[in-house]
Amino acid sequence: MMVAFADIVRRDVRLALRQGADSLTVVAFFIIGVVLFAFGVGPEMAVLERISAGVLWVMALLASLLSLDRLFQTDYEDGSLDLLALTPTPLGVIVAAKVTAHWLTTGLPLIATAPVLAVLLNMNTAGFGALMLAMILGTPTLSLIGAVGAALVLGARRGGVLLSLLVLPLYIPVLVFGVSAIDSAVMGMATQAQFFILGALLLGTLVLCPWATQAALRQAVE
Amino acid sequence: MHRFANPTRFLRLSAAILPWSAGLTIVLMAVGLVTGLMVSPADYQQGESVRIMYVHVPSAWMGMLAYSVMAISSAVALIWKHPLADLIAKSSAPAGAAFTFLCLVTGSLWGKPMWGAWWVWDARLTSMLILLFLYLGYMALVSAFDDPARGAKAGAILALVGFVNVPIIKFSVDWWNTLHQPASVTKLGMPSIATPMLIPLLVMALAFHAYYVTVLLLGVRAEITAAKVRAIRLTQVHE
Repeated sequence: MMVAFADIVRRDVRLALRQGADSLTVVAFFIIGVVLFAFGVGPEMAVLERISAGVLWVMALLASLLSLDRLFQTDYEDGSLDLLALTPTPLGVIVAAKVTAHWLTTGLPLIATAPVLAVLLNMNTAGFGALMLAMILGTPTLSLIGAVGAALVLGARRGGVLLSLLVLPLYIPVLVFGVSAIDSAVMGMATQAQFFILGALLLGTLVLCPWATQAALRQAVE
Repeated sequence: MHRFANPTRFLRLSAAILPWSAGLTIVLMAVGLVTGLMVSPADYQQGESVRIMYVHVPSAWMGMLAYSVMAISSAVALIWKHPLADLIAKSSAPAGAAFTFLCLVTGSLWGKPMWGAWWVWDARLTSMLILLFLYLGYMALVSAFDDPARGAKAGAILALVGFVNVPIIKFSVDWWNTLHQPASVTKLGMPSIATPMLIPLLVMALAFHAYYVTVLLLGVRAEITAAKVRAIRLTQVHE
């Protein structure tokens, strides 16, 4: 089972890297979105500093959302999803592997880019540690929740727009506590509670989301 | 429960219930509105605007109840493949979305004189707004597939995933220190609301329940009829 898990992670990461542009597009979207905010709000450093945590998290959410369609869509179209569903490996494990690969190719680049953008947005240096830790705890949750949505819209009409309507409301807790952790750190207050909640969200979704996703996949390949 | 899985039996049963629930809605709504708008006293602090409560609170309750009905019948549909449970979930969604919307609109109208703002980003308001989005997402997902059975199944999974929001709304005013007042009716022991105000509120709540039952039964009956029409059309195509 662990072998199958590792194999699928390796396959998906390799596919993403070969197509190359995929991960880079997500990062580029993340950067351009943040830059648009800077243009829209204006270059005042104080304003940018105040909104930096929120802007970074909202853009990370949207960037993560944007890349969800490749999680199952291509496998669904070329039929490999049917084959994966037929293997003796439990579908939940396959889902977990695919989500891991998705996080490695989108979540990780986002985490790596975030501090650079935080500098551009003039974020207080006290918030950097909290930003990194919150991103590390939060982005896997985004991939896990997104997987449920991506599996549900397989074969639907206007899947992309629908996906955002399904997934974004469920992203809100991560956004709220991710931003609140950074704001508390900047103001010099205790951030433990926010990190505990982000960790709890990650653990909860880690248990429930692969299960819900495999139920959604089963009815899609049926 | 499986006794009621038979659509024909359901049609017979619902035809018997419908006139009663519709009549009950009209009577209770009339009584509730008259006592609520004319008989009950104005609040010593909030004045006449407290009367918005008689619509606002029941619609908030119904918004959450309709989602719970939707989630429970989705679970039943997924576990036992109960044919009517899918239709109940599907018909519950528009009613629930309407209740949630009504709750947000009346809350906004009430918030303006009381808090001085149409909208505040308070935990309960925001989670109610999320509930509305969950309803909209559910309805969009159910209707996004060419095969209605696919849509119903995908919707059932989504309804269960979104169910986590309902306890959050219920307890948001206790967990977070918010502007919205905490629960005053469903408290253990004595409700902290004056009896002349509690009575019209409860009558209105019953009226909303009766209305919900009526709309739900009508919706399920319409879905059954639509399925029959689809089946007839298919046989005509094959001939």
